[in-house]
Amino acid sequence: MATDNLAEKIPDFNGVAPIQGGGPVDVSALASVRRAKGFKEISKVLLLGILVVTLLEFILIWTKTPLYIFPRPTLVIKSLFHDFGPLYRQPLLQTVQEFFVGLAFGASIGLALAVLVTLKPGLDIFISPYIIIMVTTPMIALIPFLMLKFGFGMTPRVIAVALASGPMVMINSATGFRRTNAELIALGKSYGATEFQLFRKIRFPFALPMIIVGFMVGSIFGLLTAVGSEMVGGGGGLGNRLVYFSSLVRMANFGAVLVIVATFGVALYSFFTFVNRKYASWQV
Amino acid sequence: MTQGTKSRIDIKNVSKIYKTGSGTVEAVKNFTESVKDGEFVCVVGASGCGKTTLLWCLSGLHPSTLGTVEIDGEILNAPMPGKIGMVFQDSNLLPWRTLMENIELPFQIKKKPINHELVEELLEVAGLKGFENSYPGELSGGMKQRGSIVRALAQDPEVLLMDEPFGALDAFTREEMNLFLLKVWAKTKKTIVFVTHSISEAIFLGDRIWVMSPRPGRLARVVDVDFARPRHIDLQFEPDFISILKEIRTEVEGSKAGKGN
Repeated sequence: MATDNLAEKIPDFNGVAPIQGGGPVDVSALASVRRAKGFKEISKVLLLGILVVTLLEFILIWTKTPLYIFPRPTLVIKSLFHDFGPLYRQPLLQTVQEFFVGLAFGASIGLALAVLVTLKPGLDIFISPYIIIMVTTPMIALIPFLMLKFGFGMTPRVIAVALASGPMVMINSATGFRRTNAELIALGKSYGATEFQLFRKIRFPFALPMIIVGFMVGSIFGLLTAVGSEMVGGGGGLGNRLVYFSSLVRMANFGAVLVIVATFGVALYSFFTFVNRKYASWQV
Repeated sequence: MTQGTKSRIDIKNVSKIYKTGSGTVEAVKNFTESVKDGEFVCVVGASGCGKTTLLWCLSGLHPSTLGTVEIDGEILNAPMPGKIGMVFQDSNLLPWRTLMENIELPFQIKKKPINHELVEELLEVAGLKGFENSYPGELSGGMKQRGSIVRALAQDPEVLLMDEPFGALDAFTREEMNLFLLKVWAKTKKTIVFVTHSISEAIFLGDRIWVMSPRPGRLARVVDVDFARPRHIDLQFEPDFISILKEIRTEVEGSKAGKGN
C-alpha cells in the first residue's frame, strides 16, 4: 500500500501501472522472437530458406512469368554481386548516412525529453500531445514541405528520420523510467541518493531494456521514413533507386535494392536484439 | 533485554493525511509512542490500517502531515542515511548487480569506502558466503531477503525499519528468517520497528507489539511480550504464546468491520 502512495506522476504512455518488483518484463514482442540454436537448428532454417527461394525460381520459370512482373531470384542475386559497386553502393551509403544522422539527433532529443518529463512530471501534459501527433502522423508527409525549405539534399530526410525515430525513443524510455519500482527509488532516497544518482544507478539501468526497444522501434520507423522520403522526392538513396528502376522496369535491379533495404532492416533488428541480450540480460 | 532506557524514536501526535481523487484519506491519526534504544517493536493490524504508512513516516521519506517524529531527539523531516535502514517486502536487490555490488550500492551513493569487515561478518551470519558474485535471479527468495537485510545492516544504522519483510516467503522459510533476524538483532543491538500482518510472527519477534485499528489508523493497544530470549521456534506452541495471540487477534478482529487476515 505504501507503493500506491509512492507512485510518482510520471507519464505512462501505455497506460500501464508501474509494476512492482522485477523489471519491465513485457519488453516487446519484437525482442522476444526465439532464436535458432545449434548447428542442426540453424542449418534447418537455412535449408528451408534456400528451398523457398529455389521453389520461387522454378515457379517463375514454369509459369513463364515475364521479368517485368516478378524478377527471378537468380537474376536478383546476380545483379546484387555484379552491380553492387556501380549501382547500389552510393545510394546505400547515402541512405545509411541519412538514417544514422537522423537517428542520432532524434534519439538524443527523445532521450533528453524522456528524462525531462521524468524529472518534471508536470511538463508531460504539455509535451505528450505533440509526441502523440508525431507518432501517429507519417513523417514522410512532411517531406514536400521540408524540401521547400531545405532543398533536394539530405537535410529534409534527416529531419524526417529524426522526427520519426525520436518520439519512439522518447515514449519507450519515459515508460521505462516511469516503471522503475517505486520502492527502489525510495530505497535509493533512504540512502541519501541525489536525483542524478537515482538516475544513474537505478532508473537508467532499470529502464535500459525499454530504452533499447525504443531504439529498435525508432530505427525501424527511421529506416521506413528514410527510404520513403527518398521515394517521395529529391536525389539519391535507395528509395530513389526503387522508383527509378521500377519506372524503367529494371526489375532485377529493383529486386536487388529491395534485398539491400531488407538486409539493412534485419541487421538493425539483430543489432538491437544482441544489445538487449548483452546489456539487459538480467530481466527474466 | 539489554536495551537502554533512553528512547531512540519519539512519535508525537503523528497524523498522515493523503489527498486522493475523491477527497482525503486519514491513514494515521494521533499516533503517540516511543521506541527505546535496542528495542524490537512489531506493528500489527488489519490490512489498510495504516501500519505501513506509519513506518514510512518514521523513514523520513514521507513526513507526517501533523505531529513530529524525533530520532535521538532530532526532528525527522528527510531521510537520515546511515542512521535509518529500510527493508521492504520485496528484497529490492537490483537485478543487474551481483549480491556484493548490491551491498556496495549505498556505499557508492555516499561515496564512502565499503566496510569489508562488517560486510563479511554479516554475510557469514546470513549464510551468504560464497554467493557474493551471484545475481539476485540466481538466489532463492529467502537468500535475497537476507541479502537485503545485510545491505541495510552494512550501513550500521541505529534504526532498522522493516515493512513486512517476510510476507512473500513460505512458512518454513519465514521461520528460518525469523530466527536469522533474532540472531542478527542479538548481535547488532539495533532498534527495530517491524511491520507485519502475522500476529504470531510479531509475538515471536517483538519486545512490544503495537496493535493498530484501521481507518484512520490509531494505536488501539500496546502488548508487552516478555518471553525470555533467545527464543526457540517451539515457543509458538506454548499456552502463554497462544493466549497473547488470541488476545491480539480479538483486538484486531474487533477493531475492523471487514474481512480477516
